[in-house]
Amino acid sequence: MGRYLLRRVFQFIPVFIGATFLIFALVFMIPGDPIRALSGDKPLPQSVQDTLRQQYNLDEPLWKQYVLYLGGVVQGDFGEDFRGREVTEIMRDRLPVTAKLALYAFVFEMIIGVAAGIMAGLKKGGFMDNLVRISTLAVISIPIFVLGFIAQLVIGVRFGWLPVSGLREGFMSFILPAIVLGSVSLAYIARLTRTSLAENMRSDYVRTATSKGLSRRRVVGVHALRNSLIPVITFLGVDLGALMGGAIITEAIFNIPGIGNAVYQATLRQEGTVVVGIVTFLVLVFMISNLLVDALYAVLDPRIRYE
Amino acid sequence: MSETRDRAKGPKTRQTELPGIPPYETEPAPELPPLETPAPGEYDGATEATQKEPVAGPPASLWSDAWAELRTNWIFLISAAIILLFTVMAIAPQLFTSANPRECFLSNSLVRPSAEHWFGFDLQGCDYYARTVYGARVSMSIGVTVTLFAAILAVVMGSLSGYYGGWVDAIIARLTDIWFAIPTILGGIVILSLLGTRGFFQVAFVLIILGWPTMLRLYRSSVISVKEQDYIEAARALGASDFRILGKHILPNAIAPVVIYAAITTGVIISAEAALSFLGVGLQLPAISWGLMISGAQVRILQAPHLLLFPGIFLSLAVFGFILMGDALRDALDPKSR
Repeated sequence: MGRYLLRRVFQFIPVFIGATFLIFALVFMIPGDPIRALSGDKPLPQSVQDTLRQQYNLDEPLWKQYVLYLGGVVQGDFGEDFRGREVTEIMRDRLPVTAKLALYAFVFEMIIGVAAGIMAGLKKGGFMDNLVRISTLAVISIPIFVLGFIAQLVIGVRFGWLPVSGLREGFMSFILPAIVLGSVSLAYIARLTRTSLAENMRSDYVRTATSKGLSRRRVVGVHALRNSLIPVITFLGVDLGALMGGAIITEAIFNIPGIGNAVYQATLRQEGTVVVGIVTFLVLVFMISNLLVDALYAVLDPRIRYE
Repeated sequence: MSETRDRAKGPKTRQTELPGIPPYETEPAPELPPLETPAPGEYDGATEATQKEPVAGPPASLWSDAWAELRTNWIFLISAAIILLFTVMAIAPQLFTSANPRECFLSNSLVRPSAEHWFGFDLQGCDYYARTVYGARVSMSIGVTVTLFAAILAVVMGSLSGYYGGWVDAIIARLTDIWFAIPTILGGIVILSLLGTRGFFQVAFVLIILGWPTMLRLYRSSVISVKEQDYIEAARALGASDFRILGKHILPNAIAPVVIYAAITTGVIISAEAALSFLGVGLQLPAISWGLMISGAQVRILQAPHLLLFPGIFLSLAVFGFILMGDALRDALDPKSR
């Protein structure tokens, strides 16, 4: 176990460096001069341009810029916006909101998704199975922003059941966005649970459990389900990436002051440094949580450790 | 023994693989060698029989078998009909509408749908039905272009990686690891937000570079399982070059997972393009795109919900067509499901 984890951590480092470099290089390979772009039609005096270039290390070669930048990131410096506000400060304000939203979405998609998956997986080819199959496909097909607007329009405005914008009503304000954000992952979880449960129900140990005379409830709930949820748990790591992308859209639609909204606003205002800073941070979060999921997976499924 | 009986019992087993979700996550699950059956039935221990008595009539390949199954599969037929509809719409929008989507009269601004103008008018007073129909072109061509190029990249790199192994494989594997660390929408936002002009080319390029690694992994693991087969050994013994083995023997037998995934990816890419355009980092006006239309509709969602509804329906339906197609293809092409 220890060796496995150690290996994963060592694999993590080059991937982290590579991923940040990739973002960095892609951004800075783009033609155009960011300093020139700051000033619009009337160019800044040469001396100001030079100072700014020096301040942001733009006069250095790309690799050196990257090393300096990575050095900052490691020390928790993700850059600052044009008004001198630290990206870390923006994140400190915004992250709790997004974390809450993602948590509610997580809970929602897990409960409903696993329940739907169980119902479908227990009787393959049955009515529930076909219902779940088609409805999950439909949910996956409707882009999250279309779903968000429809939910806002119908549930929020037409029926007035839930608040549609902002966070003034505390928990209630989170319900609709969390449902929208979690819906696509819900469909994935339902399908994953279904497939893996259906497969495990045909396995030898389930047959043994049944022939021992255990109740069906116990066979499904304790024996089959526990193993069937392992792939679902590994999915959660990937899911976090989807939730981050989704949070940008959901927060924009429901006007929630989270980190996704910060990215969206920065995008609209063309504040490249903020976008890069936040996204680098999110990628880091994504990678670390995947590392944790891998570790969890190794705990749950001992076979993984002996590859 | 008992395993085969079990499989026979459940003919509807599906391998649920997730669109847009890297399949490496499910790698430890027993799904890796999905398609090692080049000619179905021949490797299930029945090798002896087939050797003595070659199949009479046209050879039943994986593909012809799949086609026979697909032709009668209503899920496939529905998805094919949807895709066909949008393809025709993308190629020849004039068949669906005689109105010009760029001919707008401000006097018609935000007019609600009516019998003559089914979808009403947008803010500029353009016929919304015509605009929605013309919007198919961008979505379909982005979806198909991105998927096609990503698949080509994946097949070339995956062949090298899976067939040769060793350091080539190690380098490519580390590269894809890096790519996987960047979620598509996030990566797309970063790169596109820094581009001054964003047209079809830029958006497609970004989606290709973010989209190919998943396919590569799929194809790579497929190649690895196929290259161990006896017929590859036989081809090599006959003196076939690596190029010939990869192209003629491995490709047809290893491509199926990529084909399944490509159908789903096309839908996911269409959705991603719309999402990026919606966020303001995709295509720019005056391009006609569903994502842009929905983006424009969002500020008038109460006043003119039809502006949101119609492109939303078209977009969802197009994505649905491709994802449904992927599901049907999986049923037909995955030998495990037989």
